[in-house]
Amino acid sequence: MVATTRTRAVLSGTTVPGIPPYVRLLFDKVREQWAVLAPEKVMWPDEISIEILKKCDGAASIDAISNALASEYDAPLAEVAADVLEFLQEWSDRRLIVVLGPAEAQA
Amino acid sequence: MTHDILPPLGILAELTHRCPLQCGYCSNPLELLKANRELETDVWLDVFRQAARMGVLQVHLSGGEPTLRQDLEQIVATLAENGVYTNLITAAVSLSQERLKDLKSAGLDHIQISFQGARPETTEKIGHYRNAHAKKIEVAKAARQLGLPVTINAPIHRLNIAEVPEFVQLALDLDADRLEIANVQYYGWAELNKAALLPGREDVDRQVEYVTGIREQLTGILNIDFVPPDYYADYPKPCMGGWAKDAFVITPDGMMLPCHAAQSIKTLAFSSVRDMPLEKIWRESDAFNAYRGTDWMNPRCKACPRRDIDFGGCRCQALALTGDATETDPTCIKSPYHDRISEIPFTDTVQKRIIGGAKQKAPAEQA
Repeated sequence: MVATTRTRAVLSGTTVPGIPPYVRLLFDKVREQWAVLAPEKVMWPDEISIEILKKCDGAASIDAISNALASEYDAPLAEVAADVLEFLQEWSDRRLIVVLGPAEAQA
Repeated sequence: MTHDILPPLGILAELTHRCPLQCGYCSNPLELLKANRELETDVWLDVFRQAARMGVLQVHLSGGEPTLRQDLEQIVATLAENGVYTNLITAAVSLSQERLKDLKSAGLDHIQISFQGARPETTEKIGHYRNAHAKKIEVAKAARQLGLPVTINAPIHRLNIAEVPEFVQLALDLDADRLEIANVQYYGWAELNKAALLPGREDVDRQVEYVTGIREQLTGILNIDFVPPDYYADYPKPCMGGWAKDAFVITPDGMMLPCHAAQSIKTLAFSSVRDMPLEKIWRESDAFNAYRGTDWMNPRCKACPRRDIDFGGCRCQALALTGDATETDPTCIKSPYHDRISEIPFTDTVQKRIIGGAKQKAPAEQA
């Protein structure tokens, strides 16, 4: 067994997600494509994922991000919200997203 | 040639072969270069500017020990100015906190610190450097205080495989973001010392089971990257993600290589960044095109459904174990040489990594 005070962040609609300083979102001019640079990783998220990440400004909650996307893409909010939460939880689990606002922690 | 040549994404820049440690599995070649062969600062800076224009997004600054280069801050700053993500791969024993602060100010994005053991006595024994463990811990803590993300790199072999759970605890205690549990790859120095370093099958199985479980348990808490030992796998590793596909290596004296062990393939002719633009070497050099794509493959690999997953495995390992660099990597169960993998004699002697090169094969390997 290992001992740690760290906990896994469980995200919800009220969570305010942010991109940590060591994760960089950039438009690669050579490939004309958005890329995410992280420690020893380069990722090429799809267009929607990039839109979600761009909205993780450290101020907006996940609910606010979902609302904005649903209206921009004229898509049903419930569906968008579920997708956004799932995506951000996965990125948080890989420590590519950090929680800057209220979130419940799981022991 | 039917394959597309895409722009490279990453470079492993071996800035120097000099190193305060003497690990018996070093990934540098057996013939280590002295300081007077190293590229001058201007050449490195030009290389990195060219690389950024080509589309390189990440540079791993490695060695030897990269912090022995006095121009490391300049190198990091130039990369940062060109939008390249920088990763410092260090043993950390010769890195002062002042220097670390300067590197961070220059724009360093991430630091990877190697630990030869999870226990101080193991770290000291493997690297042959007094008090190495405490120094590494100091640097890791200083890095976290500066807000730098830290990866703990744990190269695993027979002498420290029992410490894998302790490595996980160490990474958590040091507030690391990532832990790399990387089983040693057996070529170069490690191949020479294979009989002393290759772990037994039972220990490997235990390790795989442990790592699989703890990774799941620590989801969202610690990223654990696991490089399993290919000697006990059914299929080879996709070496470099495919030869000359999206990354390359530059040696301290400026040779541009498709992988860091490529010079062990004596039939290939490599080019120097001193003589030619990087773009030209990447696209036109015979060494890069030799095993690029699938045209070079033997019929067994060419017909294999895993062809585009592992690319036939490691060319250097194929050559070392079969005498033919176009053979299937013998770690693959489909290789006719696969049996050779299990015929390794065991010994307790480890040859230290030293400048000037390895003098002889380890005793058990000579027969």
